[in-house]
Amino acid sequence: MKELVVISGKGGTGKTSIVASFASLLTNKVMVDCDVDAANLHLLLSPKIEERHQFYSLPKAMINREKCNGCGLCEDTCRFEAIKESTVNPLGCEGCAVCSRICPENAIEMVDTVAGEWFKSNTTYGPLVHARLGAAQENSGKLVTMVRSQAAKTAKKLGYDYIITDGPPGIGCPVIASIGGASLSLIITEPSLSGIHDLERTIDLLEFFGVPAMVCVNRWDICPENTEHIKEICRKRKIPFAGKIAYDNMVMLAASRGKSVVEMNSRIIDEIIKVWEKVFEVLCPNMKL
Amino acid sequence: MENTIITIASGKGGTGKTTVASCLAMSARQTVQFLDCDVEEPNAHIFLKPRLTREEAVSLDIPHVDHNKCSFCGRCAEICMFNALAVLADEVLTFPELCHSCGGCWTLCPEKAITTNRREIGLIKSGSAENIHFTQGELQVGTATSPPIIKAMKKTIQKNSLVIIDAPPGTSCPVVETMEGSDFVLLVTEPTAMGLNDLAIALQVVRVLDIPCGVIINRGTDVYSKVETFCRENNLPVLMKIAVDRAIAEAYAMGIPAVEAKPELREDFRKVLNHIKGVTAGERTCCH
Repeated sequence: MKELVVISGKGGTGKTSIVASFASLLTNKVMVDCDVDAANLHLLLSPKIEERHQFYSLPKAMINREKCNGCGLCEDTCRFEAIKESTVNPLGCEGCAVCSRICPENAIEMVDTVAGEWFKSNTTYGPLVHARLGAAQENSGKLVTMVRSQAAKTAKKLGYDYIITDGPPGIGCPVIASIGGASLSLIITEPSLSGIHDLERTIDLLEFFGVPAMVCVNRWDICPENTEHIKEICRKRKIPFAGKIAYDNMVMLAASRGKSVVEMNSRIIDEIIKVWEKVFEVLCPNMKL
Repeated sequence: MENTIITIASGKGGTGKTTVASCLAMSARQTVQFLDCDVEEPNAHIFLKPRLTREEAVSLDIPHVDHNKCSFCGRCAEICMFNALAVLADEVLTFPELCHSCGGCWTLCPEKAITTNRREIGLIKSGSAENIHFTQGELQVGTATSPPIIKAMKKTIQKNSLVIIDAPPGTSCPVVETMEGSDFVLLVTEPTAMGLNDLAIALQVVRVLDIPCGVIINRGTDVYSKVETFCRENNLPVLMKIAVDRAIAEAYAMGIPAVEAKPELREDFRKVLNHIKGVTAGERTCCH
């Protein structure tokens, strides 16, 4: 099984639009949305939810007022500053349970917390596994790991060969959880100084975890000089360049209507198809599309 | 004068948080303390061009096991909720990248065999640009946990100043850590189905934290009015609309702030600042 993870470092470079377009170009695959904080792929693929599951984070501390004698030991011990005046701030609690273990009155219980939901859905383009982390919840990395493993199970069950993953922005916990063990990661960047800065950190991250990378420049014509600069970075760092996609207002229009770009009659469809062909060449060197 | 802490957030990435945050800072007629808390991908320095003069490492305490004192009882591994220790017959393995630095193991080890080491997770860089005192956090590549860096940055907030914080995208722990303690959250969105979806989630976070908020609609067009409808229905003031403009995108690409590409925007950003100051001073109520 081959897993392609699309990430970007910087947010808003077009990951989701491009993943939705790829979805229409390959048949036997499962799609995953690993941006569990702010999932968007479902907006472009209109999924029919078939399964819905709760996601639990680590249990959080709760102080039993009747047992608590207000000694303050928990407050002094909590390294996350999550306890004030014998009250736990659930947003600060990381679930380490140290307070419940040191409380001399046994007044602190660890309580299960539903931190989100994950879904198995069907779309016109095949199965989609996606999730929704509750607002202000922790453990997005864990939820990412959950949706990825469910996607792998689904693909195996259906005998599908590919997983295409829409990744989160950044380089932290949910991104690390999204890329580990992936066959290939396509970085979607944009020709801005911010895009370039974030691209280099993203390449560093993929190198750190030994995941092969490719780079695609979206909206390249906003700044052709920076696009050349990005190509130069790819050459220097020996990363295959997947191609460039021009700026097109139609993408905004497609996004505002909740459609994928390839469904709209956009002039950039051919460019997206070319990028896909290059990516597929690297993903499966001995196969023809 | 009290502190006014304004956090610029969005849910969705790439909606223009950094553009708005840097333009607000550059439009203010007073000294501003600017914190770039998007420590995974900090970009505000590209627009504000500060002279960075100080650098400080952020590190976490992690366990260090004294094998001479250890009885290999296994208590530390049993209590660690993050699986950061494993106890073998005559060795204790530690996995620093999994450690949340909760202190459970070194607090509860019955043999007092665990002390602490430091593990560096990132840097805080600071300096200044004209009227802006600038601080940015940088998560070390390969490290998962950004909230401790954000927490350390927020401890540098000085009293009696206008503080502008550029938040990371998303809605989980790094965003919560960034928003907590703010006087106002400015949510930047774009008029697309994705922008609206993520605005709604970001608003939930703001409501959980119970902070007054307002919205800036970036890359505004006439084709999608649902964001404005949503704002109206949720009693969310739209403080500014920035029309879609290729010239702003081209300037952005070169690291030129929108207020330099379009100086007339400066006055609009000042109005936003004044509105927020009004709200935080309790002159108006909003979004509660």
